[in-house]
Amino acid sequence: MARIVLDDLAHSYRPDPKGPGDYALKRIHTVWEDGGAYALLGPSGCGKTTLLNIISGLLTPSQGRVLYGDADVTRLPPEKRNIAQVFQFPVLYDTMTVRENLAFPLRNRGVPQADAARRVMEVAEALDLVSVLDLKASGLSADAKQKISLGRGLVRSDVAAILFDEPLTVIDPHLKWQLRRKLKEIHERFHLTLIYVTHDQVEAMTFADQVVVMHDGEIVQIGTPQDLFENPEHTFVGYFIGSPGMNLLPATIDGDAAVTDGSRIPLDPALAAKARKAATAGAKLELGIRPMHLRLEDAGEGGVPARVVLVEDQGDCRIVTAAMGQTTLKARVPEGRTIPSGGAVAVFAPEWTRMFADGRLLK
Amino acid sequence: MEKWDNNKAWFLVLPVFFVVAFSAIIPLMTVVNYSVQDILAPGQGIFVGPEWYREVLHDPRLHEAFLRQLIFSFTVLAIEVPLGIGVALTLPSKGWGVSACLVILALPLLIPWNVVGTIWVVFSRPDIGLSGVTLNSILNIAYNYTADPVDSWLTVVVMDIWHWTPLVILLCYAGLQAIPEAYYQAAKIDGASRLAVFRYIQLPKMRGVLMIAILLRFMDSFMIYTEPFVLTGGGPGNSTTFLSQFLTKMAIGQFDLGPAAAFSLIYFLVILLFSYIFYTVITNLGKGVAK
Repeated sequence: MARIVLDDLAHSYRPDPKGPGDYALKRIHTVWEDGGAYALLGPSGCGKTTLLNIISGLLTPSQGRVLYGDADVTRLPPEKRNIAQVFQFPVLYDTMTVRENLAFPLRNRGVPQADAARRVMEVAEALDLVSVLDLKASGLSADAKQKISLGRGLVRSDVAAILFDEPLTVIDPHLKWQLRRKLKEIHERFHLTLIYVTHDQVEAMTFADQVVVMHDGEIVQIGTPQDLFENPEHTFVGYFIGSPGMNLLPATIDGDAAVTDGSRIPLDPALAAKARKAATAGAKLELGIRPMHLRLEDAGEGGVPARVVLVEDQGDCRIVTAAMGQTTLKARVPEGRTIPSGGAVAVFAPEWTRMFADGRLLK
Repeated sequence: MEKWDNNKAWFLVLPVFFVVAFSAIIPLMTVVNYSVQDILAPGQGIFVGPEWYREVLHDPRLHEAFLRQLIFSFTVLAIEVPLGIGVALTLPSKGWGVSACLVILALPLLIPWNVVGTIWVVFSRPDIGLSGVTLNSILNIAYNYTADPVDSWLTVVVMDIWHWTPLVILLCYAGLQAIPEAYYQAAKIDGASRLAVFRYIQLPKMRGVLMIAILLRFMDSFMIYTEPFVLTGGGPGNSTTFLSQFLTKMAIGQFDLGPAAAFSLIYFLVILLFSYIFYTVITNLGKGVAK
């Protein structure tokens, strides 16, 4: 049981990396607390699986260290680390029964039979696998197989962290939810550090206490789901989290208002002051607002003129695409509210309007 | 079952039906026809019923050839399959070495069978052959495959291993390459030993290709003809006369078409039976109590 420290990690798959473009992981320096549930979220190719494999020991990083507590494990092979990993596709030993599968890591480590049997029973109960213990693992459904993969990690009493590499990819949608809840339950019961790689933000948000957003080989933000939603530290987070993502508009600053495409959008005075400072320093400014915080009203209500282009009904709400000059905005309109047709104004709630300088949140 | 309104599809099946009938079923039936007749001259035969079958089944020379054949097939299987798996495990999995190894391994498979026999004749001759001379003159082991039955047996077996192990290697290699990396990673994390990885991951995942390898090697070796024919001609004496050669002697050398036909059918059924047994055993192996 230990916290995991990633000390100045960088990794390149090339033997002689030259520029930053050769690195799959650029510079990662972070501490993950013991017993936390972390989700590594990012688009395909952002380096999240690379990071996971470095933590599990399947890869040795080109630079930096991995510490479990105070022990440097950077060069230790996976079997010497106290971790377990669940892969994208269920990995099972086909010729063994479920019971043998679960006992396999213990058998390899020379755990006495009686202890192993007790542990296997305990884990099988937690994962609802008792009824299938004596069946061949190969004949079971995908979700049961994934539970067995997880179980092989849980049986080891020395495991400090379990790593998941997009484990729900092959699971039917209606079972995903069940399995995710099972994971939460396991997390509470066994007090393990869980690190969960996914590109599905819903999965990440519901699973984790802390979501680690990765982009292009770097960690751009670590925060609670609420943090990521309300205060994205990077335009990438704003755009990536939420469906649809944050509206991002290139802007300039003029007094206490942001000017985008000729329209003035009033800002919070404190924020405007920071934006002015950043603009003086030569930074490129962007204005961001979540679709749910953007209101569309009939013309004459005092806002920025906009034209409704498209309305998509999503059942519980409607996503409205509006054109504001040359730029496109998305607004999320709750069910039951009328959408102005044709000429309308977009109202930017100042408390939810964010400014970014060179992609970074101004705060 | 539902009835189709449109029966046009049958016309599309017809060509296949004719081709198969012409190329397989009619020739086979001709053999069946021969096997129950005494052929005196082409187009002239007397119906003799199961007499040829009785005769063939009681022929002691055939019993000997059959036993020889069984020993030969099981010997080459017992050597080629483990050897093939072993070599496949040591092959590189990426880089330029892959193509180099595969091309070199495939070479024996590209050589025409009678050439294989000729190569081994030249290779093994005690007076000029590389291995013959090495064994006799340098290592001082008396070796003469044309005179000594043990030597000729050894030569035929080694030749078959040289010729056909690459097939087993290539099949096993394909099976090994198809195992996703995650299995090896999971095994590492589970602390599995090299032996456990082989026993619980590689071997089970190779089951399909191994079955094909064993079936192919069994059928081929059970029907082996050309290479020993060229190398030893079935000798010395009858010591390397396998079933095919025995059959050919009977059918063409002595023109005993009736007994040869009867024996062909028995031969066919024996191969079918063994293949079926192998198939059943391997498919059920390791399945245990699976439901």
